[in-house]
Amino acid sequence: MAHEVKQTTDGLLINWLRNIGDSVAAGDIIAEVEADKATVEIEAGSDGAVLELRAEPGDEIGEGSVIAVIGAAGETIAAASDSAADQTSPEESTPAANGQSLADDGRVKASPIARRLAAEKGIDLARIQGTGPGGRIIKSDVENVRARPALPPVPTTAPAGGGQPTWGKMPEDDVEVLPLSRMRRAIADGTIRSKSNTPHFYVTVEADVEPLLALRAEINAQLAERGIKVSVNDMLIKALALTLREFPNLNTHFYGDRFVQHQRINIGIAVALPENGLLNVVCHDADSVRLSEMAVNNKAMYERARAGKIKPDDIRGATFTISNMGPYNIVDFSAIISSPEAGILAVSSSRRIPIVRDDGTLGVGTRMNMTLSVDHRVSNGAEGAAFCNALRDLIENPLRMLDLQQA
Amino acid sequence: MAARNVAMREAIRRALREEMHRDENVFVMGEEVAYWQGTHRVTRGFLEEFGERRVRDTPISEMAIGGVAVGAAMAGLRPVAEFMTINFAFLALDAIANHAGKVRYFFDGMFKAPLVYRAASGWGNQATASHSHAPEPIFAHFPGLYVGCPSNSMDAYGMLKTAIRDDNPVLFTESIALYPKPGPMPDEGEELLIPIGKGDIKREGDHVTLVAYARGVDWALQAARQLSKDGIEAEVVDLRWLRPLDMQLVYASFKKTNRCVIVEESLPMYSFGSEIAALLQENMFDYMDAPIKRVAAEDVPLPYSKTIELLALPNAQKVVDAVKEIL
Repeated sequence: MAHEVKQTTDGLLINWLRNIGDSVAAGDIIAEVEADKATVEIEAGSDGAVLELRAEPGDEIGEGSVIAVIGAAGETIAAASDSAADQTSPEESTPAANGQSLADDGRVKASPIARRLAAEKGIDLARIQGTGPGGRIIKSDVENVRARPALPPVPTTAPAGGGQPTWGKMPEDDVEVLPLSRMRRAIADGTIRSKSNTPHFYVTVEADVEPLLALRAEINAQLAERGIKVSVNDMLIKALALTLREFPNLNTHFYGDRFVQHQRINIGIAVALPENGLLNVVCHDADSVRLSEMAVNNKAMYERARAGKIKPDDIRGATFTISNMGPYNIVDFSAIISSPEAGILAVSSSRRIPIVRDDGTLGVGTRMNMTLSVDHRVSNGAEGAAFCNALRDLIENPLRMLDLQQA
Repeated sequence: MAARNVAMREAIRRALREEMHRDENVFVMGEEVAYWQGTHRVTRGFLEEFGERRVRDTPISEMAIGGVAVGAAMAGLRPVAEFMTINFAFLALDAIANHAGKVRYFFDGMFKAPLVYRAASGWGNQATASHSHAPEPIFAHFPGLYVGCPSNSMDAYGMLKTAIRDDNPVLFTESIALYPKPGPMPDEGEELLIPIGKGDIKREGDHVTLVAYARGVDWALQAARQLSKDGIEAEVVDLRWLRPLDMQLVYASFKKTNRCVIVEESLPMYSFGSEIAALLQENMFDYMDAPIKRVAAEDVPLPYSKTIELLALPNAQKVVDAVKEIL
């Protein structure tokens, strides 16, 4: 029976890696798509032969659209199309707004009835392109969004860019005008939307990282023969995930009229890319995955991200995000929440600094600042502080992670 | 219903005649209503038919016309007092707003004022700034006074008959531009009473609600026909009465269309359009799919120049443009 290959993210078809008639096995890479933030490889979902290719390189293809049909060699397209029809269940809406539905202050422009219908249907207005005057989202735009699953899926990337206001008159000489990359546009849209719509508050704590660094050295000594090296970031992700387990309210996404609390703890990791790029890859089940396994997986994801060969799952499903600027020798910074997540942890560099010990004497210690950004619609300062203290305690007593890991 | 169309002035005349025959307490008064046969010919032939006692010319004093009507009504008659144009009724505002509209409340119902003020209203033909008002909303401002503003012959007939029979004072305005407009009427001997405060859907449509009264209904209907060529179906709500307002009719339409353009002959500030728009946003906020638009005269003293006069006034094209702005 024929099987459709569905596009899993918006993007530009770059290459077909198989031709019509070629046989493929499930999992084979059959196409490369340039998505907002990365080149995504599209896998065949079943064994068979390529019966039909429905897009040309260079075509814009939307999430959920059928781009190829795979079936038994010799099977006719008609039969394939028939069976394809009853499989068609694209659950997603009109893909991501291109920015035209944003008011100057970044607020989504939507009519009152569109807002009410969207709330009733559980649709995130930020994902809809408005067709009303001035890009306003109107009733018909919401009505045209097809039904979606009970829980809204986590956006895989920031919404696609476009339509940002032009700031003033463009000088004519002595400037070079550069186009926005798709990734830069997505970052622009995602950050302005979050920063404009999310009431951030910030909590900063300082942690003694010497115990964590010592434990890491011990762990890596054990793993050396397997060629595995756990990074500081891996350990911080583990500590963050285990702390989130104690604070489920912060592993919650805000959807305007309700909260969606996640059972899984998937940590998004901000990765700097060449050419001023930035991408959040996702460490799934960071609380329960073994540290050595996480280290291997994360390293592979970073490499894929930097090579522009990311897989859809690499960037899907984050429930909370960490941004670690430790390698950049900085004292402190705060990060913009990746909406609709409830918070983001900004980790700064470990530094040798003078300290006051518990007995009142002066000494030299290794300290690291962490600043938690929290969506105030989801949580309050007291919880933010409690969370930061719990996280610090775990980092300063890292052996406790062994115990928590079993929970 | 008779096939023969009748001009709105004739429809009003017929309503008056029938009510005067039905109830001998009904009488007409005003400037030139008797011997001159009425400035707008509404009372043509009345002097001969009903005599001087019931068809009374008055001095050129609107305050007297307004005040005498209140006194006559309090004393048990049912006056139909004509202001030659509503521009002059400003002089009688004390009688209209402070007396006609309040006497029943002042005296706890001991007295009532079952009267009708008829007034020709609106602009056109370079009557200029002081003679071109369509100030119905000013009069509708005051509780205690009903305000009726028909858009066609049938409505004018049915509304005026109801107004004369009602025990409360009614200001009944007649658009000068609509006097010659022909329209269907009930057959002779067939009677029609349109309840006070009852609006009417003049055209059905799903895409936008045009709320209007009197001459605005004509522009709305013309605009609706033009919009229909572009596949836009406008619903035209003729409120007919500015007080009380049939807002339930507007709400029902708005719930269907989610968009509204308000059309009126009058000025834009503190207007019919302002009131409808305010009520819509207060009560229908969750049904709004676009801003409410208003089409009214420009906010200026009406100029004399024919060309500029037309620019300053509403028309069907302005309604079409407003609809397209919000679709």
